[in-house]
Amino acid sequence: MNRPGIIDRTGGIFLIIVLAAAVLIPASNLLLPPGNPLHVPDYMIPLLGKYLCYALLAVAVDLVWGYCGVLSLGHGAFFALGGYAMGMYLMRQIGPRGVYGNPVLPDFMVFLNYKELPWFWQGFDIFPFAMLMVVLVPGALAFVFGWFAFRSRVTGVYLSIITQAMTFALMLAFFRNDMGFGGNNGLTDFKDILGFPISAPSTRLVLFVTSALALAAGYLLCRALVTSKYGKVLVAVRDTESRTRFLGYRVENYKLVAWVLSAMLAGVAGALYVPQVGIINPSEFAPAQSIEMVIWVAVGGRGTLVGAALGALVVNAGKTWFTGVFPEAWLFGLGALFVLVTLFLPKGVLGLASSISERWKARRTAPTPSPEPAE
Amino acid sequence: MMRLRLPVPPAFALRTLALPVLVLLMAALFGGAVRAQGQPDISAIVAKFANDSYSDTADALVALAASGSAQAAAVVDALGEGRLVFDPATKSVYIRARSGVVDAATGAAVAAPPATLTPVRANNRVRRAIDAASGALSLLNPDPARRADAAAAVFKSRDPVTLPTVEAAIAKETVPSIKEALEQARAAILIGKADAPEAERRVAIQKITARGDQEAISLLRSLPADSPPALRTAADAGIAKVEQNLKFWAVAQNVWYGLSLGSVLLLAAIGLAITFGVMGVINMAHGEMVMLGAYTTFMVQNVIRQSAPWLFDWSLAIALPLAFLFTALVGILIERTVIRFLYGRPLETLLATWGVSLILQQAVRSVFGPTNQEVGAPSWMSGAFQVGQLSITYNRLWIIVFALMVFFALLLVLKRTPLGLYVRAVTQNRRMAAAMGIRTGRIDALTFGLGSGIAGIAGVALSQIDNVSPNLGQGYIIDSFMVVVFGGVGNLWGTLVGAFTLGIANKLLEPFAGAVLGKILLLVFIILFIQKRPRGLFALKGRAVES
Repeated sequence: MNRPGIIDRTGGIFLIIVLAAAVLIPASNLLLPPGNPLHVPDYMIPLLGKYLCYALLAVAVDLVWGYCGVLSLGHGAFFALGGYAMGMYLMRQIGPRGVYGNPVLPDFMVFLNYKELPWFWQGFDIFPFAMLMVVLVPGALAFVFGWFAFRSRVTGVYLSIITQAMTFALMLAFFRNDMGFGGNNGLTDFKDILGFPISAPSTRLVLFVTSALALAAGYLLCRALVTSKYGKVLVAVRDTESRTRFLGYRVENYKLVAWVLSAMLAGVAGALYVPQVGIINPSEFAPAQSIEMVIWVAVGGRGTLVGAALGALVVNAGKTWFTGVFPEAWLFGLGALFVLVTLFLPKGVLGLASSISERWKARRTAPTPSPEPAE
Repeated sequence: MMRLRLPVPPAFALRTLALPVLVLLMAALFGGAVRAQGQPDISAIVAKFANDSYSDTADALVALAASGSAQAAAVVDALGEGRLVFDPATKSVYIRARSGVVDAATGAAVAAPPATLTPVRANNRVRRAIDAASGALSLLNPDPARRADAAAAVFKSRDPVTLPTVEAAIAKETVPSIKEALEQARAAILIGKADAPEAERRVAIQKITARGDQEAISLLRSLPADSPPALRTAADAGIAKVEQNLKFWAVAQNVWYGLSLGSVLLLAAIGLAITFGVMGVINMAHGEMVMLGAYTTFMVQNVIRQSAPWLFDWSLAIALPLAFLFTALVGILIERTVIRFLYGRPLETLLATWGVSLILQQAVRSVFGPTNQEVGAPSWMSGAFQVGQLSITYNRLWIIVFALMVFFALLLVLKRTPLGLYVRAVTQNRRMAAAMGIRTGRIDALTFGLGSGIAGIAGVALSQIDNVSPNLGQGYIIDSFMVVVFGGVGNLWGTLVGAFTLGIANKLLEPFAGAVLGKILLLVFIILFIQKRPRGLFALKGRAVES
């Protein structure tokens, strides 16, 4: 059987759209006059950037859920940890401009009577170190967690529930003031990033473009992974784990690689998210957030990567619009979305589109049985 | 405020007369008897108040407490309330009563009070003396509740001056619990009283040790440093003994709290043990069933408050079947419209039921508003009683009893009724059960209804200890899953053991780690535990396991 190329037709269209957005939206914002109907106003830029971060996060969730069969209810934890790493860098950049004017300690530490910077805050004033932590901290957590869980052959529902326990425990921990991460207020009041003022329209444009590029890169990375030989084994693990193990594959290692990589991608998404929304607090760890991420993937289409990104964009755009127009109805809408997608769109929007087009083709050519993705 | 004193029985009076040590007290004791012949004259004592000197006022209070005059209490009260006044010119002391000005010493009304009356001032020292004096005077009050309060007050103040009064009161006291309190108060005074006989102080130390609480420790510590060495060692031994005792009660307290938390976890998880444990549906809407049960209670109480207030004590009993029926119906509805299409796809049931839970939450929020609703407690659930150093509240006790009742009732239903048999048959081997003529679809609906209904009656109980708001259910969902997974899916006994283990472990961790960290440690423990035993504490064995 031929291996599909890294960039298939859907993926190609997706990449072109993302890259076009990265060019055209800043161009429209900068070049078109505000009155022009195609002008993208300044306030839209961080909003769109936020959606792109969610899309990257959804791609990360899809890598483990769609291709590895691990339904993670704790990806919010990796996302938030990446966000906190970025937030710590941004806090250190405030320097003496905080309310208390302390050159080293962030405001909340002065407020809580810290005498010196805790050891785990050391080094976060250096940008490359902070960026390293953005991927290393979620990666390390995922490695330790996955190492134990996959070796003990914790699967299915049990795995989902302990990932939920993990993010819940982290949420409780980060809510504590003496953890040294700002308690329930989290980290906020950022001033600048790499010397550029963080709320300036130009900085936000750069962040937006970076998010778009990160999404494209993250997609390509995942796509390269799942189309490789490794990816084939991963899908085999998803479909029948015990059979793959009997064939001699070290199933837990295959899962672990995808799991850690996914956590790192989620961390990157979190790191790009924080400067655009201007705050990171423990509510990002809430189990409900992580469950919501799963529905983005389910809406778009599990196991398609493009669908996951699409789902994140659609659901979040819908959320913004709904909460603005009918704030009461949003939870009804979201709840109905969960129910309807699981009942009627098991393959998501993308799956629906492809099955329609397949049926169209099948009407003209001889019918070919399509493989059923198993649970 | 006048305090009346009952006449002392003559036999009692004669007995006290025989004790020459208590001569000073006689006046106090004979208050009633003496009144028949005429009040003891307290005008000399009362006159001291007119000196306008704090130390004189305090001395006068001490003398008043010992005087035994019926008027003494009125004077002390008046001083405490700032109604004791004096005329600077004549140095006569009066009480400003509601009816007019009365003479402080005699209580007789004064027809033409002087124009310039100055209140007797009080500072902190005087106020303490007032408390001590009124405490001593209330020791002889006819109302037992006031006597008990007064004994407690004397125990706190430990004023040596009140000792004679206390001893007199002990001799006179008939209620055993107050007598005990008085004896403890006497012991407390004796410990600090350096000139008391050593033997008596030793007995006092034993008495206080027997009390066995924090107060006893601080009392024993307050033994003056210059006391005889024998007393010191007795006190130190007493402290050690009490501390041991307190440690025991502290553990008992935590175990009790743990049992209480465990029963709450059991109630919350027991319905999930059916829907998740037996049916394999990851029922994220389980918490919302609990919430609906709590709102049913609220509605029932609302109706009762408006139309039949005398039924209020029965409100929970009325709410129980209604909550069961209502949530069971909602559960059956959810099963028939959503879940039945998803059997065998557990992760999908997770997403769909999460969606259902969002809809239910928002529906309740739209109807009742996002704020907490007030659910009252029937009278038999409020209050507390004391076991040793342990205070046990009735509502917690009832919830433990109720949780166990629900648990065993459910066990009975599953093991001893035809429905239970069908449920077990369908969940173990659906096709075989269908071949035997069991209508599996109907059993699925009924089982889900049963699990939801039990969540609903859990909601009735939890409405008593938690805020009834649309978010009520969310607080329980994670804990419930932890309990079921920890105990072992598909095993009701596992849920019972899991709930109480987690509850007690949580409360025993709290003193060392704090509430939040204790909970985090427990979650980490469960995560590690699942690695070791991926199927929980009591795993099902057999062919059904791998499906």
